[in-house]
Amino acid sequence: MEITDVVCALCGCVCDDLVVEVEDNEVKKVKKGACSVGKSKLMGHGRIKSPAIRENGSLKECSYDDAIKKAAGILAAARRPLLYGWSSTVCEADKVGIELAEEIGAVIDNTASVCHGPSVLAIQDVGLPSCTLGEVKNRADLVIYWGANPTDAHANHMKRYSYISKGYWTAEGKKDKKLIVVDVRETKTAKVADVFIRIEQGKDFLVFSALRALLLGYEDVVPEEVGGVSKKDLLEAVRLMKEAKFGITFFGMGVTQSTGRHNNIVNAIQMTRAAHTHTKFSIMPMRGHYNVNGFNQVCTWETGYPFSVDLSRGYAWYNPGETSSTDLLVRRECDAALFIATDPGAHFPGESIRHLAKIPVIQIDPFANPTTEFADVVIPAAISGIESEGNVYRMDNIPIRLRKVVDTEYLPDEEILEKILEEVRAIREKEGE
Amino acid sequence: MNARLISGRTIAQGQNLDNKLSEEYYNAVAICEMNEKDMEKIGVSADENVEVRTSYGEVVVKAKEGGGNPEGIAFIPMGPWANAVVSGDTHGAGMPQYKGIDAEIEKSEEKVLPVKELMQRYMG
Ligand code: SF4
Repeated sequence: MEITDVVCALCGCVCDDLVVEVEDNEVKKVKKGACSVGKSKLMGHGRIKSPAIRENGSLKECSYDDAIKKAAGILAAARRPLLYGWSSTVCEADKVGIELAEEIGAVIDNTASVCHGPSVLAIQDVGLPSCTLGEVKNRADLVIYWGANPTDAHANHMKRYSYISKGYWTAEGKKDKKLIVVDVRETKTAKVADVFIRIEQGKDFLVFSALRALLLGYEDVVPEEVGGVSKKDLLEAVRLMKEAKFGITFFGMGVTQSTGRHNNIVNAIQMTRAAHTHTKFSIMPMRGHYNVNGFNQVCTWETGYPFSVDLSRGYAWYNPGETSSTDLLVRRECDAALFIATDPGAHFPGESIRHLAKIPVIQIDPFANPTTEFADVVIPAAISGIESEGNVYRMDNIPIRLRKVVDTEYLPDEEILEKILEEVRAIREKEGE
Repeated sequence: MNARLISGRTIAQGQNLDNKLSEEYYNAVAICEMNEKDMEKIGVSADENVEVRTSYGEVVVKAKEGGGNPEGIAFIPMGPWANAVVSGDTHGAGMPQYKGIDAEIEKSEEKVLPVKELMQRYMG
């Protein structure tokens, strides 16, 4: 059976026009629409077979009920629990997660913390003149990727939304457009750019400042070289920006994870404002996971803050740098952690993992990964977007509903969390008696 | 050799996101891409091993040529090998330093640890 309009649940592009061939309740072929990364996800990998609890150093298979009871016991007893992940699952699960965090007074944080958290901080500081990817597709004649390498990380991005896509006012595709890539490495994206600007690592802030000054007409204050880029090249970039009818800067982790962090993004946004003195210009973070943005939305409407929210005081407290996962773990503050749809074992600095290896860890995930190596309770889940449905937010804040294409015996994230929450409430009620 | 280390996504890393305990992931992620001149300086050829040392840890990975790196910049795809040597200092912003870490890179005769053995280093 052919299923059309399948949505890819992998990266922030959330491509929603996939065609998939399903037979005997299995994805046999991805016929259209997905990049090689999305295809690989849809075709599937080895799963966590059964719920399991660690006993004497090794994981012993058990029932869903036993694993959920064990997880609830750990969370109910914890004094400083951390609930982390939430970006590769749906908004409906995120909502239950926040309710659970409130119930046990946990810190709830999502992968934005180690991805575009600094972008969120910058946006809270100075706002974001942004747009939808549809507007980019139809209008943009200048595309800038800054510290972002979509060829590897968001493989359909240029084709669907930006440089290569054909839109209403950009009917000729890339013939109508210019592409500037700013990066430390000459990435595959840089190789196809009209202009590649190589900057010195960690000098993004300076280069944004120089472009701001040039856009605002202060050429005299810009030295002959800034952050490894010649003034001549900076002037050429500014010429292209001024000449564009609609420009867009997409920025990635090259900017958020380097020295300067949120300050780099504040400056990038101010550069966009400076470009407004000449033309229409927009800016957008290249959000990584398909629903990293969705968690920030849900968390904001539930608690008032987008991520790194500490609910231990009985009200929401938000202070990234203090309440963010890495800081909590490096300070060895947490005494239990629940990880859902994420893999801190692979993606947190070693210093954080050293502490995680010492505390009880609950993992909810369809797949075994480095986190499974130290998890004490492992709960397998249905794969959102393949085996269960729900809402997610694309990188440009557009909500899209993931479809279910095959059936499964595994429970979806939302249901697992509801069961844990119910169990935690029962324990707390008993304790209160 | 002294270098600046950065980590980041690659397509092969993305293809094996749900497949991290596999050989494909190990081959795609337990690597360090460098400029060919830097590889000459260190005296390694492609697929020989290097030890990457920072103030935060050390890890052995396979040397690879290319990745568009200028001299003095080394790239390890995001994952447990890169994270063995990145900094957990968030500079008050919640974000670890995944890019721009001072590193020393030397040729190594040690083996590249498979993911399970790498994780064992954090236990106990
Ligand atoms: S670009 Fe992203 S959302 Fe689109 S198919 Fe590839 S992985 Fe999936």
